[in-house]
Amino acid sequence: MRQTLTIARLTILEASRRKLLLALGVLTIVVVVLTSWGFSRLPTMKDVTPAEVRLAASQLTILMAFMFSGVLALGSTLVAAPSIASDIESGIALAILPRPIRRGQLLMGKWLGLALLVALYAAGSGLLELLGIWLGTNYLPPNPIASLAFVAAEGIVLMTLALLLSTRLSPMTGGVIALVLFFVAWIGGIALAIGITFDNDTIKNIGIGSRLLIPTDGLWHGAIFYLEPSEILAAARVAGRARAGNPFFADAPLPGIYLAWVVAWLVAVIGLANWSFARRDL
Amino acid sequence: MQAADAASLAVHTQDLAKRYGKTVALSGLTMSVRRAEVFGFLGPNGAGKTTAVKLLVGLALPTAGEGWVLGAPIGDLQTRRRLGYLPELFRYQGWMKAREVLGLHCELSRMARSEWKKEIELALDMVGLADRADDRVEGFSKGMQQRLGLGVALLGRPELVLLDEPTSALDPVGRHDVREIIRQLTARGTAVFLNSHLLSEVEQICDRLAVVDHGRVIATGTMSQILGQDGAVRVRVTGLPAPSRAALGEFGNLEDEGEWLTFRGLPPDRVPQLVSEIVRQGGRVYAVEPRHETLEDRFLQLLKEQEP
Repeated sequence: MRQTLTIARLTILEASRRKLLLALGVLTIVVVVLTSWGFSRLPTMKDVTPAEVRLAASQLTILMAFMFSGVLALGSTLVAAPSIASDIESGIALAILPRPIRRGQLLMGKWLGLALLVALYAAGSGLLELLGIWLGTNYLPPNPIASLAFVAAEGIVLMTLALLLSTRLSPMTGGVIALVLFFVAWIGGIALAIGITFDNDTIKNIGIGSRLLIPTDGLWHGAIFYLEPSEILAAARVAGRARAGNPFFADAPLPGIYLAWVVAWLVAVIGLANWSFARRDL
Repeated sequence: MQAADAASLAVHTQDLAKRYGKTVALSGLTMSVRRAEVFGFLGPNGAGKTTAVKLLVGLALPTAGEGWVLGAPIGDLQTRRRLGYLPELFRYQGWMKAREVLGLHCELSRMARSEWKKEIELALDMVGLADRADDRVEGFSKGMQQRLGLGVALLGRPELVLLDEPTSALDPVGRHDVREIIRQLTARGTAVFLNSHLLSEVEQICDRLAVVDHGRVIATGTMSQILGQDGAVRVRVTGLPAPSRAALGEFGNLEDEGEWLTFRGLPPDRVPQLVSEIVRQGGRVYAVEPRHETLEDRFLQLLKEQEP
């Protein structure tokens, strides 16, 4: 465990020394300040009612969450895809691994460090943005903490996938594959919504398969649900088929069985990454 | 050899083999490295030298055979605390200071924290980086990074240090320094496994060596055993008919280069007898020169003997 924590600390220190944390922090603050100003303009618009402000703020909040989850997904892929591969290519791993450290400890240390960074960014950026929205519009989504947890989980899932690919593929290849799978899963989520709405089993099964194989879109929908106010949920349910294919809407929380699947998926992918890395000749 | 016997050695391998797909990188490596000796591991490019070192430190998995390092099967986690390794492809975290890199390796070696400072200062002094200890590694030249790598390998007073081309990026002064460091290591009882194709370097500091080609050992022994204990003699001769020349092969391994005949493996006390025989056969002797074979000569000859 000590060796794992050493590598986790090294991973976070590297992100800090390479100014990744600084760059993300500055950009996030700029985005939060600008968007908060934009939100603060909503109640000042002509003839706008408080209900309309609440409606607009809730939907814009979902779009903001989408932007931050996108940044988190892309960022975690860009950081995780080279984490093992570039250490092997550069030779850094060749100096570290002959020390009394198991490859699994190195991998878990990287995972732990990156997962902490993802969670830290999701919590920090999300809470700042929600604070800005609340100050500008007096609106807060129904369960922001649960939503942020799902956004962080989405980033961790994609980071874990990129880490697995990093044990065998070059940083460029692993990163591209992870991102393609992320966007395919997003389209798969839209397919699932359409399949459910129009009761088409083939489309539905494709969507379910995609959501099981790459659970990022499933988790995104988990995040959306906790951002939707009750009146939006009620209105959308009345709309029936009209809501089909809307990737920014979820009318139900993720079932417990799916959350269990996500945990099992993470355990399996981490296990596969360990197995792959342990068997690789360096 | 049993594992118990292997414990008395720094390294022992028995038919160690490694394949990458269809490519045979190492085929049946059998060798022993004694404690507190400098062991040279020579071979041309692609002979399997780096593969052998990677197998010994657990970076690659053997496809056949067995190996022991400091008495434990290769890859043993606890034994790695007593190992130092400088990889051929050396690179350290550029965003860290040299002192921090050494600190990281102290930590990974599970060294007691109270010993870090002393060990780090000692390593920095030995490799001549004391005045750059607080500089970031990204500003280091390749030679300085190699010095840092050597410092990393020396941390914790290891019982065995494996150096894979340790002077490839160093200037003559740096190479001299490395030779001195290796001498200091053996003086304190550390075995050094030196993987190099710089033959003059190996010749100067190695007690024993193995020559590998196409993934297997083609010669092993002390320097004098490899070079040939009896040396060689060159004789300049004219007027000697071809059959008589061939008959002189009984004096040693004969190389006929026209006027010059070279006899390998000829004991010095047989040289007068050789000259008498040449004269008796009608030859005229103009010069008799003892030939001191260099490691490079012998190395090239060994490789030539392996050619189909």
